Amino acid sequence: MKLFAVLSALVLVLFAASLLIGPAGFGAGDSLRALFGGQGEAVTLVMREIRLPRALLAVMVGVSLGLSGAALQGYLRNPLAEPGLIGVSGSAALGAVIALQTGMAAAFALALPLAALSGALIAVFLILALAGPRGGSLTLILAGIAISALAGALTSLTLNLSPNPFAVSEIVFWMMGSLADRSFSHVWLALPFMAVGWFLLLRLGRGLDALTLGEDAAAALGIRLDRLRLTMVLGVASSVGAATAVAGAIGFVGLVVPHLLRPFVGARPGALLWASALGGAAMVLTADIAVRLVLPDRDLQLGVLMAIVGAPLFLHLIYKTRRQL
Amino acid sequence: MIAAAGLWLAAASGHADTVPQRVVSMNLCTDQLAMMLAGPGQLISVSDLAADPDTSPMYEAARAYPANHGGAEEIYLLRPDLVVAGTFSDPTVVAMLRRLGIRVEQLGLVQSLDQVPDRIAQMGTILGREEQADAEIAAFRDDLATLSAPPDGPRAAFYYPNGYTLGTGTLSHDILTTAGYRHIAGELGRSTSGRLALELLVLADPEVVITSSPYPAASRSEALMDHPAFAAVTGARGAFLSSNDWICGTPLVLNALRDLVAARE
Repeated sequence: MKLFAVLSALVLVLFAASLLIGPAGFGAGDSLRALFGGQGEAVTLVMREIRLPRALLAVMVGVSLGLSGAALQGYLRNPLAEPGLIGVSGSAALGAVIALQTGMAAAFALALPLAALSGALIAVFLILALAGPRGGSLTLILAGIAISALAGALTSLTLNLSPNPFAVSEIVFWMMGSLADRSFSHVWLALPFMAVGWFLLLRLGRGLDALTLGEDAAAALGIRLDRLRLTMVLGVASSVGAATAVAGAIGFVGLVVPHLLRPFVGARPGALLWASALGGAAMVLTADIAVRLVLPDRDLQLGVLMAIVGAPLFLHLIYKTRRQL
Repeated sequence: MIAAAGLWLAAASGHADTVPQRVVSMNLCTDQLAMMLAGPGQLISVSDLAADPDTSPMYEAARAYPANHGGAEEIYLLRPDLVVAGTFSDPTVVAMLRRLGIRVEQLGLVQSLDQVPDRIAQMGTILGREEQADAEIAAFRDDLATLSAPPDGPRAAFYYPNGYTLGTGTLSHDILTTAGYRHIAGELGRSTSGRLALELLVLADPEVVITSSPYPAASRSEALMDHPAFAAVTGARGAFLSSNDWICGTPLVLNALRDLVAARE
């Protein structure tokens, strides 16, 4: 409970900071007055249509990625499982890019999250089929590399074939992710899919806790493993798909956050789920504030910061688990 | 065939003072000047961009010429005695063509309207078509004088995909201010081009926003123009779309100027 209070407070503080920090430096008082009371002035427009959706999306994307990382790690009982590293985010980005470049997304708005979800779904199924139920580290990472490489190449190919001259320069967005200049249309597009994903993943707690005792023991405790697996797959695909469709593939959130919070929840994967959801939100909010402070005019991609933080941790985890490899 | 080969050898040996007979242009802007000024049969190829209606105001005229894609190999095989390029054309291609003994002339970027006559004159000299160039320059000066408007027009901003805005030292800035608009780059203290955050555009609240016409298919860069905050700035009238006349410093920029002056009324 104490952890819950601390994480919630952290998310609230960072959310407020995200609303108050921006290139147009007006004071906190003006900002809040404009956000809650103002009518039609420029400051109100900035607060309500530019900063508020951006901060909300940071929270939503963070919750989705943190939760998915914790669920994958709990199910596979492997601390290296993360949607970005095993190719789920990359495949979701491929789905999103195909929906955008074929014009499907323009004709039917929901085609964008649906295509990203389908991409994510295919990747999760492939990973589970290749890595097996125990999720051995070596097969997991190798399968992840292969799926990421293929999805990345096909994303580049699709964007290279686009008649739009800007599309090629956006390869970096789809591989690294950014929340710059997103609007409420993206919030409403992603939220239903994310909400379904969160609902499915947060229900996994009891099953994942039981699974720490082994599959036979979990089955003896009344856990239906096939249902657990299906719920996990659909939950991850739905939340990561929707997050990637609007923000690009942001890696390492689902790796770093569960790793940092695991000691605080007594290594119980069930409790780690909601803790990672809040922790993910805090982490993406922090990264999104940092990209605006470090290089305000350059649209630095979120994934760059996340990889700088996450990749050394990934190396550390590989080092620790290398006996299994 | 033998005659053609002989001509090629003569040209390759490089007489800068002789009038070139086989001219290849490899830059969108030199394409337009060359098409305006070249004599019959003198220009043998223009860049592929010249025939693209999205970027080239002379796309119809350009279809009469074989297109090149700016590669050293294909340009060399066209056996030109002169290649005209921009100063920012691929330097490896330009260097390779020169190493192969082909004369390459590079024309600089136009950053203001008063540089347009210089470029016309330069192209006229290169092609040995000084008379045609002088006529174009005289017509350009006359038209420019009639189109200049008093500087009391609306406050305007350039806002292109990715939030790219133009500074004061650009041809577009000169077109805008000659049409009498007040460019917000001055107020914001931005002399250079670069990214302008959407929220800064919203706060600057210009009366007119100039952006480019969208290209086919989707891009995140252009999706910025669908942002509700951008729509709120452009208002009911919408953004002013800059046409392909704005891109190059040729006499065709007068069409851009004409459109802007007309939009003031």
